[in-house]
Amino acid sequence: MADALLDVRHLSTRFTTREGVVRAVDDVSWDVKEGETVALVGESGCGKSVSALSIMRLVAQPAGQIVGGQAVFKGRDLLTLDEEAMRRVRGREIAMIFQEPMTSLNPVLSIGRQLTEGLEIHLGKTPQQARGRAAELLGMVGIPDPERRLPQYPHQFSGGMRQRMMIAMALSCEPSLILADEPTTALDVTIQAQILELMKDLSRRLGVAMLMITHNLGVVARYADRVNVMYAGRIIEQGTARELYGNPRHPYTLGLLRSVPRLDEPRRSRLAPIDGQPPDLTRLPAGCAFLPRCAFRVDRCSVERPPLVPVAHTGPEPHVSACWEAERVIARQETR
Amino acid sequence: MTKYIIKRLLLMIPTLLGVAVLIFFLMRVVPGDIVELRFSGETSGVSKETLAIERARLGLDKPLWHQFVTYMTGLARFDLGTSMWTGAPIHEEIKLRFALTLQVAIMSTIIAVLLAIPLGVLAALKQDTWVDYSVRIFSIAGLATPSFWLGILFILVLLVFFKWLPPMVYTPFWVNPWQNMLQLIWPALAVGYRYSAVATRMTRSAMLEVLREDYIRTARAKGLWQKLILTRHALKNAMLPVLTVIALEFAFLMGGLVVTEQVFNLNGLGLLFVESVAHRDYTLTQALVLLVAASFIVVNFLVDLAYAWIDPRIRFR
Amino acid sequence: MTALLEVKNLVKHFEVSRGLVRAVDGVSFSLEKGETLGLVGESGCGKTTTGRCILQLERATSGSILFEGRELTTLDQSELRAVRRKMQVIFQDPYSSLNPRMTVGQIIAEPLAVHGIVRGSAARAARVKDLLSRVGLLPAHARRYPHEMSGGQRQRVGIARALAMEPSLIICDEPVSALDVSIQAQIINLLEDLQSEFGLTYLFIAHDLAVVRHISDRVAVMYLGKIAEMADRKTIYDNPRHPYTKALLSAVPIPDPELEMKRERIVLGGEVPSPLNPPSGCVFHPRCPIAVERCTHEIPVLRDLTPGHGAACHLAEIA
Repeated sequence: MADALLDVRHLSTRFTTREGVVRAVDDVSWDVKEGETVALVGESGCGKSVSALSIMRLVAQPAGQIVGGQAVFKGRDLLTLDEEAMRRVRGREIAMIFQEPMTSLNPVLSIGRQLTEGLEIHLGKTPQQARGRAAELLGMVGIPDPERRLPQYPHQFSGGMRQRMMIAMALSCEPSLILADEPTTALDVTIQAQILELMKDLSRRLGVAMLMITHNLGVVARYADRVNVMYAGRIIEQGTARELYGNPRHPYTLGLLRSVPRLDEPRRSRLAPIDGQPPDLTRLPAGCAFLPRCAFRVDRCSVERPPLVPVAHTGPEPHVSACWEAERVIARQETR
Repeated sequence: MTKYIIKRLLLMIPTLLGVAVLIFFLMRVVPGDIVELRFSGETSGVSKETLAIERARLGLDKPLWHQFVTYMTGLARFDLGTSMWTGAPIHEEIKLRFALTLQVAIMSTIIAVLLAIPLGVLAALKQDTWVDYSVRIFSIAGLATPSFWLGILFILVLLVFFKWLPPMVYTPFWVNPWQNMLQLIWPALAVGYRYSAVATRMTRSAMLEVLREDYIRTARAKGLWQKLILTRHALKNAMLPVLTVIALEFAFLMGGLVVTEQVFNLNGLGLLFVESVAHRDYTLTQALVLLVAASFIVVNFLVDLAYAWIDPRIRFR
Repeated sequence: MTALLEVKNLVKHFEVSRGLVRAVDGVSFSLEKGETLGLVGESGCGKTTTGRCILQLERATSGSILFEGRELTTLDQSELRAVRRKMQVIFQDPYSSLNPRMTVGQIIAEPLAVHGIVRGSAARAARVKDLLSRVGLLPAHARRYPHEMSGGQRQRVGIARALAMEPSLIICDEPVSALDVSIQAQIINLLEDLQSEFGLTYLFIAHDLAVVRHISDRVAVMYLGKIAEMADRKTIYDNPRHPYTKALLSAVPIPDPELEMKRERIVLGGEVPSPLNPPSGCVFHPRCPIAVERCTHEIPVLRDLTPGHGAACHLAEIA
């Protein structure tokens, strides 16, 4: 896709651990277009966070290594940039928001210091200019009395305020893409709602594209235009949010949707969990990684890994699924 | 914050009082007394009267409570009394030695910090490379080498290769700084190396821990320069445990350098301490213990202030 | 019919240097045998402290806790030990609540031996095997260590350990919130199966409203140390009367883009105030979208709107 802002192609990242080599991200391709919100959904260890860190080239080395692929951002492959050029991308063109606002801010530096340093370094602002802008940013993310807040420290902020501060920090240099890694997971429901609405509002207003990494299918439904579902380091289904929720074509996606109790549906007498345990990434089966937990499996699944292929879809956007039996996987009406 | 400082300063008083009381009675429990020790060298027997006279002169014939009251009232007037052994006023006995010991301690600390922080940071950054291994060997060697032995080595090397010996008579800094430095730099190096070993290891492990923190990842994701991430974001956080180690070591140096002092022929507090205890010189020992306790308390207080200065979570509590 | 557990006017205040933290401030509810009461609320609302007070891990500041007809707050240590057997707990993080140096078999067998429930090591091994199979694990798992298991399996071990004591009440403190979505449903189903098999009573403490709705017979919503609303499951989800309950329900995202598009959200402003210095009157009034002047000074009591449906809001009828 030529018009993609960020085009990730065949990205692979591995970790060498005592238990063996973990293919945390294994030949993964997705893209984000200008101004769009794309979701990367999956459970812990599926490789969604590592994907984002790989693009920023922040994977913990030497254990983690990006072993292949491209991440073409505005025509340049981020994975081949030299370290200095990459540094100028980070925070300036692609910013990140992390899950734990508690630990992701430096406890010994003031809010002002942490907000202004990016402005000074990337935009060459003077300390005074940066300070003024920092106050504006805090106001923009809904922190009252920003001038008074600047000299304060993270521990004087509540969890929700810290996450607002993180958003302000991410937006400070007007990046064109924000990678948000579980931005609301650590927050309470009502605060979560505030933060998500704020992010949606700001990304629309400022035209920032967003990659939303989450395990929460509900969050994705409301805020993402397109969704990538990951399992065991690979993308197993890709499509628009509407398409994916209404017409899931991978047993794992279907399983995820059916296993959570939902407030909009009458209470079921029993939940329908996905059986079995999460995959052990050091010992993945030869065929489909989801095979041991799959209700739709056929003989072929254990020998041949299913590729991501287009499936029948309703909207104009493509819908792909990595399942040999994709056409059999249909959201059953009785579960809805 | 000011309230906190005042509170801490006031708290020093009961602490020191406690130490004073404790050491007073502890010394009295130790068997043997100064009078017997003083006359133990005499081959011909010493008459009971002579001993009694001597005891009366030192005030040891008075009941314990009386001695205690005298001692405590003296303390209240900052009067440490006179040494029972030499008869000289205690502040005179201690003054020069304290200056010497304090200077060695400060110099060792400076040397240790100058070595430990760059080395520790470097080792953490280059974890599991040859740089890290070299630093670790260097610091383990420091831990394994007693300061006095290193001191002997220094003197031997200076003597054999440079045909030069550092001055062996103490010159106060304010009398002749150059002469003073020539003498004290060697013990400071010998002590500072061991000291730096402890601090290097602490810096390394604290740095390693901090570098794994989420906020360092945040700083990197913001596109800051590596140097800035290290100095602004990492080092400040890593300094907290290092400070504690430095303070503990420093306090130990105020009176714990007996052998090293002997090697360099330094008349420091360490030697004086040993002598005073050996002589059962109650007044001097009491004064020395108080002095060392006071240094401990002051250093701890300074560390707490430094903690508060570095870490706002403490400052705003 | 007497309740298995009856909590009356439970208060737990913690003294800290800056004042008094009103963690639990006058909470009353009862639990019938075989029932599940869901206790929901955001962090700091006092739901966990309530659970800890019932377990006597914290001593209540005041109030009464009747369990199987006995007043727990006045029991001494030895009497408590006997009662505790009947009251077990399942924690959020199964990893930190299991001793990493003990095998799963040892972890489950230990309370059996300590309380003399099963005598003889052969008999205990058989009981461990039985318990493991009841929670969906294999006998071979008895030789494993906690770190060799997945999060879901560890939570099963935690459940087996609680079950070993043959309790009548289990306090589940966020038992699934640390687990992956696909595993949560497994554990919830397991808890439900065990409840019907052993006639267990659950106090289910959680922040996930959808999960609570699924598992609970009745639900109590807590805010800042107080119960804001309490009713049976159907009533509270279909007809919430307290503005906080309404906001909570509307904040839960629903995995359906079409529905979400149409859905109006009540986004509460501000954050939960500190329990050190709770607001006057109704503790919810600073964030309440419908608060009136009266709410700022008059504390609303939890009153029955219909039998069994209580709300602590002056405007519960008209809102």
